[in-house]
Amino acid sequence: MLADRDRIFTNLYGFQSPGLKAAQMRGAWDGTKHLLDRGKDWIISEMKASGLRGRGGAGFPTGLKWSFMPKPDPARPSYLVVNADESEPGTCKDREIMRNDPHLLVEGCMIASFAMGAHACYIYVRGEYIHERERLQAAVDEAYEAKLIGKDNVHGWPFDLYVHHGAGAYICGEETALLESLEGKKGMPRMKPPFPANMGLYGCPTTVNNVESIAVAPTILRRGASWFSSFGAPNNVGTKLFCVSGHVNTPCNVEEAMSIPFRELIDRHCGGIRGGWDNLLAVIPGGSSVRCVPAEQIIDCPMDFDSLSKLKSGLGTAAVIVMDKSTDIIRAIARLSYFYKHESCGQCTPCREGTGWMWRVMERMVEGRAQKREIDMLLDVSKQIEGHTICALGDAAAWPIQGLITHFRGEIEKRIDQYAANPHSDPVRIAAE
Amino acid sequence: MTVRRLAEKQPASFEFTAENKAWAEKEIAKYPQGRQASAVIPLLWRAQAQNDYWVTKPAIEKIAEMLGMPYIRVLEIATFYSMFNLEPVGRHFIQLCGTTPCELRGANAIKDVCRSRIGDQRHVTPDGNFSWLEVECLGACCNAPMVQINDDYYEDLTPENFNKLLDDLAAGRPVQKGSQVGRISSEPEPAKGDTLLDPALYDGSVVGAWRKRFDESMAAAAAAEKK
Repeated sequence: MLADRDRIFTNLYGFQSPGLKAAQMRGAWDGTKHLLDRGKDWIISEMKASGLRGRGGAGFPTGLKWSFMPKPDPARPSYLVVNADESEPGTCKDREIMRNDPHLLVEGCMIASFAMGAHACYIYVRGEYIHERERLQAAVDEAYEAKLIGKDNVHGWPFDLYVHHGAGAYICGEETALLESLEGKKGMPRMKPPFPANMGLYGCPTTVNNVESIAVAPTILRRGASWFSSFGAPNNVGTKLFCVSGHVNTPCNVEEAMSIPFRELIDRHCGGIRGGWDNLLAVIPGGSSVRCVPAEQIIDCPMDFDSLSKLKSGLGTAAVIVMDKSTDIIRAIARLSYFYKHESCGQCTPCREGTGWMWRVMERMVEGRAQKREIDMLLDVSKQIEGHTICALGDAAAWPIQGLITHFRGEIEKRIDQYAANPHSDPVRIAAE
Repeated sequence: MTVRRLAEKQPASFEFTAENKAWAEKEIAKYPQGRQASAVIPLLWRAQAQNDYWVTKPAIEKIAEMLGMPYIRVLEIATFYSMFNLEPVGRHFIQLCGTTPCELRGANAIKDVCRSRIGDQRHVTPDGNFSWLEVECLGACCNAPMVQINDDYYEDLTPENFNKLLDDLAAGRPVQKGSQVGRISSEPEPAKGDTLLDPALYDGSVVGAWRKRFDESMAAAAAAEKK
């Protein structure tokens, strides 16, 4: 298990105060000037050397992303935008950072903005996180008050930090949709290229990073890239917040070393699987957008990007959704299909029409009111959506269904057989909503 | 995608209170010159909060004028984002998370409570106290199942404690926000887990502890460069 002294988020559970004084006792804002004095190039090279991969789901190397920002140009100011629109089902880690350890995030914004030549940063918090936003704003106000940030601050880098919020749209977690929303438009993803590093917020160079990626930066710089990269397997290094939900005995958020085996993660922190390990059916290891993995494949799998993508799934946001054998897996995935149907922004036809179509077919499959050949048709349609949309929401809607069909085709067929044998077995039939 | 339209019955006018107007000016100042449209979501949100939790057509028009935007652009925003209620809601507006992580932990039982006590979704009880809506993941999955009532999250629900919560709200009694089973946040229950217990994390001894190694490695790097 990761030792307490190697944890970055030492107030993850809010047992201590989120305020500035307490945060400084825990090591936030400690020698920030000393770090900035090393210069932009050092910060970026140290971030690259740390091997930190973006914590928002895609796992893109953070240091490399920072290095893409062009040279500062007075006509086109650079921006840092922090993606705190945490809406991926299963994910609830950024919420804890914002309400319990907000100063790590504020300090991270300062350092990252300095490294990228940005004098302004916007944090886009999802609309539902009202109290989290207030906590974060309080931390920002404290930092202004203490002259840690602001036009004239002790670090000598003029820097303004603004907290912005959305109003309930999953799609705004996609970086270009987030920028559209921040500009006061509907959150519809933009075509890329141009990438945000060239044409982002207000047409200016912009980097969009996840909350966790930014909040870990100060500690990485203080303790050194080699400290951070000493955890986890090569190419999957560092510590990571895991959000374990579903059928475990004690669901919780926990910071652990990357590449921790699934069994150890659950036994150590979550009190084991409800009803014991033999009762495990399947796991969605990285938020709703990745394919589910059946029990026998996940139990001893290291929880990291590469190991999970070998299982045709992914680490995503490390939101581990555990399902035991009492789960109706077809219903669980159908509910996700409804989620994507609800959250599609409607811009691209394959996604707008396809998510609704897939959901309606899935609802029939939950009952078994389908033909077996429709399973292949569903798989085929999901592949027509995947990769044919501007953003990844189309892919994200297709993958859970593909995972279901790959691993639980037998289950779907059994349901169809049951229905065919006795179409009126259900005493109470509830119409699909 | 969902179909979202403005309510048929609309009030005649909308005006921000003096306090909210001052707040709106500050909000607009957060964005660069000429980019005041960025403030549209916060302004709509404030208008909704001021107007019993729903957005009216006059409010949309008012905000469009304040921000120099065409009406249709603000209408688009109000209909696109699901947190804007376009019709009156109950005094206690319950948004129930029904997505898979909550469903796995019993959101359907909570839904049944809503259905039996309040009625169908969007229906406001005759006393005006409650209405409910099933929404998508609210991002408190380690505390599932959960609901948001107005601005507050209520987590770790069971049909029993949720019924009691609704009783208390209806009677105007004070209620416990957040976890209903006594969790502080998303720590493991009931033992609080065995992480983050080292007192050395909190007594200030971590402050400056990294400096020696840091300065040494910097000096070593500088020396290597000189060679």
